Amino acid sequence: MSQNPVDIIDLHKSFGSVKALDGLQLTVRPGEVAGFLGPNGAGKSTTIRVLLGLQRPDSGTAKLFGGDAWNDAVALHRRLAYVPGDVSLWPNLTGGEAIDYLTRLHTTSGNRAQLKRRKAALLEHFELDPTKKARTYSKGNRQKVALVAAFLVDPELYIFDEPTSGLDPLMEAVFTDNVQQVKNAGKSVLLSSHILSEVEKLCDTVTIIRSGRTVESGTLAELRHLTRTTVSVLVAQDPAAITTIPGVHDVTTTVGSGATRVDLSVDNARMGAVLTALTRLDVRGLTATPPSLEELFMRHYGSERDLEAVSR
Amino acid sequence: MSAPTLDVARRAPAGRTAPPQTSASAAALAGTGYLLRFMLRRNWVRLTVWTGALVLFCGYYVVAISAVYVTAADRQNRAAAMTNAGGTLLAGPGYGLENYTIGAMFTNEMALWLIALLATMNILQIARNTRAEEASGRSELVRALPVGRHAASVAAFLVVVIADVAFVVFGSALLIGPGQLAPADTFTLMTGVGLTALVFAGITTVTSQLTVHSRAASGLAFAVLAAAVLIRGIGDIQERHGSWLSWFSPIAWTQQTRAYVDVRLWPLAVSLVAIVVALAAGAALASRRDHGGALLQGRIGRADAAPSLAGPFALVFRQQRGTLLWWLVGCVAMFGPAGLFLGADSGSAIKDIAGQNSLTAEIFGSDPIAAFLAIMMLHNALAVAVFTTAAVLRVKPEEDEGRLGLSLSRALSRTSSLLAHLAVAGIGALVLLLLGGALPLWVGTLLSGSDTSLLVLLTSGGAFALGIGVLIAFTAVLYAWLPKATPLAWVLCGLVIVERFFGSVLDMPTVIKALSPFYWVGNYPKDPIDPVNLIGLGAATAVLLALAVTGFRRRDINAG
Repeated sequence: MSQNPVDIIDLHKSFGSVKALDGLQLTVRPGEVAGFLGPNGAGKSTTIRVLLGLQRPDSGTAKLFGGDAWNDAVALHRRLAYVPGDVSLWPNLTGGEAIDYLTRLHTTSGNRAQLKRRKAALLEHFELDPTKKARTYSKGNRQKVALVAAFLVDPELYIFDEPTSGLDPLMEAVFTDNVQQVKNAGKSVLLSSHILSEVEKLCDTVTIIRSGRTVESGTLAELRHLTRTTVSVLVAQDPAAITTIPGVHDVTTTVGSGATRVDLSVDNARMGAVLTALTRLDVRGLTATPPSLEELFMRHYGSERDLEAVSR
Repeated sequence: MSAPTLDVARRAPAGRTAPPQTSASAAALAGTGYLLRFMLRRNWVRLTVWTGALVLFCGYYVVAISAVYVTAADRQNRAAAMTNAGGTLLAGPGYGLENYTIGAMFTNEMALWLIALLATMNILQIARNTRAEEASGRSELVRALPVGRHAASVAAFLVVVIADVAFVVFGSALLIGPGQLAPADTFTLMTGVGLTALVFAGITTVTSQLTVHSRAASGLAFAVLAAAVLIRGIGDIQERHGSWLSWFSPIAWTQQTRAYVDVRLWPLAVSLVAIVVALAAGAALASRRDHGGALLQGRIGRADAAPSLAGPFALVFRQQRGTLLWWLVGCVAMFGPAGLFLGADSGSAIKDIAGQNSLTAEIFGSDPIAAFLAIMMLHNALAVAVFTTAAVLRVKPEEDEGRLGLSLSRALSRTSSLLAHLAVAGIGALVLLLLGGALPLWVGTLLSGSDTSLLVLLTSGGAFALGIGVLIAFTAVLYAWLPKATPLAWVLCGLVIVERFFGSVLDMPTVIKALSPFYWVGNYPKDPIDPVNLIGLGAATAVLLALAVTGFRRRDINAG
């Protein structure tokens, strides 16, 4: 049973003339929290709909636990829980009723008393009043209903599509806690998001897509390897020598009393050369910041933005 | 270079630069013109189809009726059929029955239906442009601009005024031109229809302040419309040309203009006053509430679902039970009293009418009571057809707004999800046919001392249920294969109504009549039912259902 919870290979899907997915690859391994990043319209939601068997791919394979996402949808859905980015609920049902309805679709049996306890605990965590009719809920509260309904069923795989949109920072923290818990319990998670800090905090691996195609995927460490570290250093000697090292970018120097402050960014592969050069300059202080996902992200979308800027 | 939003902001404010002291009322209406243009642009297709269809219907009816009822004697036969309680309930107060001209016939028999249809358009439009916008949160964006508190309500009302005026003008033109009816009477009648329909627009403006949901707002307004139809009917049955009771119904305010008989204008003033009162009440209520709020507050509900709320059928039933209950109340209120008229006296009265002349003899046949029951059961079934089509179509927003996708992400198959929806519509139809139509009709006849077989009525209800089955399955096929074209289900529903009411009058080709499932049910208990037809309806339902399920399992779900 070492089937990957999610295995997507070369997925294509078009709506009319619009190519939503164009050769997408995505894998979530057992026990892994996988981040799924991309700008709006990149195809994240379409990918998830294909995974849920709501939409049929034009070509390629979308498998959940080794089963076909379209053909075996109902059986596979017993093993997962999904939270959409924009939750719509039945207006005349209360939040509590919607949670129970969704849970009952999922599990026909199960320990009633235990379920009730867990529901009460989750409602308390998320500070949700279950007696209100869904039509009176704000977007954030509708989101909480779907989150509670997902965490309540205890599946092997969680699929979240921008789950924290509409939640305030406190509730985001509660969400993060709950994901940590299911991660510790060995569950797998697919987390689609464009909030980088969320992904950075939670995810083991990241897949970045753009225009329906996977442009980067790997563990956070692997991806960071591709990027630059920001270095800020205080030196007593003239730092001109550093600027000429290949792989050093964006150098700014600030001359102070007795020492010069140099800020620069370095390709990770060239870090050794920079450190060697620095030792000769009488270093008084040094900080190095690892690359954030933000920078990683900007690198992939930056070019597109630049193009747009040029065409304006 | 001006961005559109800035443009709005610049145009929308109390731009007519009123002096400061009058700015409060001017500010409440700021932006009305802009909103009016916006609503017209958003709704012009609907409005054109509605008013265009009604205008054409007016013209076609008069031309067709002139061709069918050529001589005065023909029309007097028709008049005789309109004197009984059933005729009065479904037509008018009976002005001009002594000399039943084309105009008198049009007024007596069509005014009610034109008002009902135009009022329906008005109710739906007002609810759509005010409460629905507010419920969805879209109007919050608009209200954040310099737009007045009453601007949306007033603009929505002006939209239906424009549509209704178009109906009055073009409808009158058709009636006066090709229809060759007297201009003054025509214009009075049509203006009356428009004004009465606007009364219901005004009532919807009030109900939109009361409830949070647009469906509830339009539902309340439709309840008032149904009450108006019923009150007018009972009042006119009490007394030819209407009793005091009739005057409580806005519909009477048009019918009592006595167009083409002895026309008078003043009843139109009652409608005008009612419109002003309704709008003033709506404005007063609107000033008292928060944006997005309502005067009837929602209650809190259960924290845990009842054990019965398990599975898709229970969910759909839960969503539709309120609507079903109201339809049931309406049907019982309509067909219980109708049964009462079949007592010993009315029964003989119907026999008298049937014996009057050859045409009524043909309508009522050898068994007038059976013919009356057939007509009543048909009306019930047509109402159920409307209910069912609307009930099935509610699956569409479930999908479009993402709730279906959320359910299907759990262990729920598409087949059971779709069938649950159709089953609720089908069971609702059965309830309305048997408990809303057959049973109250039977109890009514029993109370009035007539002896009608319950089995006969139940058989009729059952036969119509098979016809309804075809409607349900047809709508499901549209939904499964052509989701964007789902509203076309109303075309078949409309055909069913037109074929039964006007099929013979309008001389409809048999090919088209045969498309209506009710054509195959026939006029039971007046005429016997052909079991082969019923088997055919059942088979058609089964085939269409299978087709719908196949299609729904294949296509992409629109997940919101």
